[in-house]
Amino acid sequence: MPEILMPALSPTMEEGKLAKWHVKEGDSVKPGDILAEIETDKATMEFEAVDEGKIGKLLVPEGAEGVKINSPIARLITDEDSAAKPAAKPAPAPAPSKPASAAPALPPPPPAEPRKAVKSGNGQVHPDTEHRIFASPLAKRIAQDKGIDLRRVQGSGPRGRIIKADVEAATTAPAANPAEKPASAAPAVQPPRPEPGALAPGLVPLPDATLFYKPGEYETAPNDSMRKAIARRLTAAKALAPHFYLTIECDIGALMQARARLNERSPKGEGAYKLSVNDFVVKAAAQALLKHPEVNASWTEAAILRHHHADIGIAVDLNPGLITPILFRAESKGLVEISSEAKELAERAREKKLKPQEYEGGSFSISNLGMFGIREFTAIINPPQSAILAIGAAEERVVAREGKAATAMMMNVTMSCDHRVIDGAMGARFLQTLKTFLEEPASMLL
Amino acid sequence: MADNQFDVIVAGGGPGGYVCAIRCAQLGLKTAVVERENLGGICLNWGCIPTKALLRSSEIWHLVHRLNEFGFAAGDLKIDFPKIIERSRRVAGQLSDGVRILMRKNKITVIDGEAKLTGKGSLSVSKGGKSSSYGAKNIVLATGARAREFPGLEADGKLVWTYRHAMVPKELPKSLLVVGSGAIGIEFASFYRTLGAEVTVIEVLDRILPVEDEEISVFAGKAFRKQGMTIRTATTVEKLVKGAHNVTATLKAKDGKTDSITVDRVILAVGIVGNVENLGLERAGIRIEKTHVVVNRWGETGVSGMFAIGDLVGPPWLAHKAMHEGVIVAERIAGVKGVHPLDTTKIPGCTYCWPQVASIGMTEAKAKESGRKIKVGKFPFIGNGKAIALGDAEGFIKTIFDSETGEMLGAHMIGAEVTELIQGYSIAMMLEATDADLERVVFPHPTLSEMMHEAVLAADARPLHI
Repeated sequence: MPEILMPALSPTMEEGKLAKWHVKEGDSVKPGDILAEIETDKATMEFEAVDEGKIGKLLVPEGAEGVKINSPIARLITDEDSAAKPAAKPAPAPAPSKPASAAPALPPPPPAEPRKAVKSGNGQVHPDTEHRIFASPLAKRIAQDKGIDLRRVQGSGPRGRIIKADVEAATTAPAANPAEKPASAAPAVQPPRPEPGALAPGLVPLPDATLFYKPGEYETAPNDSMRKAIARRLTAAKALAPHFYLTIECDIGALMQARARLNERSPKGEGAYKLSVNDFVVKAAAQALLKHPEVNASWTEAAILRHHHADIGIAVDLNPGLITPILFRAESKGLVEISSEAKELAERAREKKLKPQEYEGGSFSISNLGMFGIREFTAIINPPQSAILAIGAAEERVVAREGKAATAMMMNVTMSCDHRVIDGAMGARFLQTLKTFLEEPASMLL
Repeated sequence: MADNQFDVIVAGGGPGGYVCAIRCAQLGLKTAVVERENLGGICLNWGCIPTKALLRSSEIWHLVHRLNEFGFAAGDLKIDFPKIIERSRRVAGQLSDGVRILMRKNKITVIDGEAKLTGKGSLSVSKGGKSSSYGAKNIVLATGARAREFPGLEADGKLVWTYRHAMVPKELPKSLLVVGSGAIGIEFASFYRTLGAEVTVIEVLDRILPVEDEEISVFAGKAFRKQGMTIRTATTVEKLVKGAHNVTATLKAKDGKTDSITVDRVILAVGIVGNVENLGLERAGIRIEKTHVVVNRWGETGVSGMFAIGDLVGPPWLAHKAMHEGVIVAERIAGVKGVHPLDTTKIPGCTYCWPQVASIGMTEAKAKESGRKIKVGKFPFIGNGKAIALGDAEGFIKTIFDSETGEMLGAHMIGAEVTELIQGYSIAMMLEATDADLERVVFPHPTLSEMMHEAVLAADARPLHI
């Protein structure tokens, strides 16, 4: 009797909630039938049958949380009632899946180019055939125990084979190669064995908050999978991508006037639009990225990937939580298209209806807290992207104009840059262009 | 390049030195080896090889006493001792000649004499009062080591021997005192005891073969005593008084009690000192600690162009370790990419006594000390069909694994032919096989090697034949 396995619905998915069964035991199913709804850290997705048959037994109750991917969730009785045919697979296979693993202490950011690999039921990592990984059995075992993705480990054994020492080095942060000191003590000292969940050398864990407060004096709000994903991803991003910040002040008087004029021209009924300041920022950022492809880039060990399109993530507040759906190819879209697409993405994000491919990847992000009156702030980069723009409030400020005080509509823009990809002056030049586009929107047409 | 100029000169033609030279030559370097005595060094001429020839004779002597058991009858059996020694020398000679051929084949210049550093990249070689100068971009020191002697306990070659004398005596001593129970001491003790000498072994530590796993020491001690050997642990030699044809040794036990023993001959096997003298090391700025040259894990001395390998740089004093260091240094010099330092935790060691002892990696005590969770498997020879058919059912194999990762941490063996078996675990450890992999390996039946499989299974409490 083939087993139906928990699908991996996104590259970062490790476990999910079986939100709802659409079938019950004894139901006949054919390919394409909805079997269940699976809730991941970011979205709820429908899971379709691949094979025809009858549902034998539901192994996981509705509402079960933390179901590991590739664990059996149901049994299917096929016609032949043999195990010859594969069971259900992640139905539309929306995004390439990656091997899941126990949560590593510091998960590396998702790969810029995820490759196909699936984790089978017995827990062995089967990479795709074109990228076979050579690793010693011990290295594989340790990697599996510690949740290390071997595709990200550099092998130092014969012909690049990954050995135990490489995996252990990968668990202890990106430690620099210890310089060889001639004539120091002779035998190589075995590196200390890092404990599971170990931090990089020299780091102490943050204190456990429960030790400081009396029970009963606080509420416990259990972390859902999104909260855990935010914690994990952002900790990794802040720890592993060296951030620096650039702030620039923009006079958006002309932009505000253009916006008012354009909004006045909106047709009534069908095709109506209402452009926001943020839509202008997305447009300006896309145009600026086109002029500065070095900012529209992703880091890999071997090379920097310069993207051909400005795929701009827009942070959407879900209160609590957030998600960054991506406006793909923003450079090719007009303001109205950007505006309506951004609205539509935000709506579906709040309903948790986004598909993984709508929020994974991207080349740049924008976060806007201006509506809260925040003048300026710094945001955490969303790897594999290398920069994020933090937009402050558009407000009337007193400014100096030719030695006299005047008022102007001002807005502060702060970019967080990953210094591995973007240097200071490089980021500054991008912001200069962005400032020009925001201060004189018509210059985007040049 | 002038005739006396080389890319590499290796000082010392032992297993570390000549192997280093071969590897250098293979990598296209103009190479010379300086050797003051015989190519092949101690290993080939006065160590590993000739002792194996001797022990083969004693093994046969042991077997012919069991002819009856195997269905034969023979008359009077006699030992022709000089012939045993002669065969051993012939074996050594054959191999030393073989090394000379290897040098010629690889176009390596062999310089006879004693080397001394005279400056950066230069050394002189003297022989019979004459000396000549040579230059090299790289110098590899591989001058080896020799038996350690203590004041008052010096070897004289007649009544008090080192391994060197013990290998070529004129006649078989009737009684023998072996001071030190490491591999060298135990091999000689085993050889002479099997040929009929009264042998007493004394060891300052509380067990014989002290570098081995404790269970191996205990088992070996019992086996040797059963063969009629006297073993005294936690005992030291206070003094040796030489008579005309024998030696009286005063022995002191741990509790302070002393007694004396009179024997025909004494063998000193109390450790090794590096041959660091008269090489000009100090002037070259090379550091020496406890008679050994200090190097990093690449054999680099800290003085550019100066390397050292083998027994000269310290324990384990094993030919196979020296050979690997020789290859690593040669590849470093030639700039080969991807060279790895020697993993000193995975060097097997063998003692060719009867029963044989072989081991690799950590002892159980060391593994425990390391703070890991471990699991231990053991399998006795008595559970192995081939061992029983051979009539050698004494011994056991022990494995030690990290119980969390399945990493093989160590293996320890005692019994027939275990010195030929240990390499299986060496391969497993070097390739980082886990217990789960080894359980799946198919070992041929009927062989002694099946015990290696069983000892792995036993670590998971699932051996099949016990």
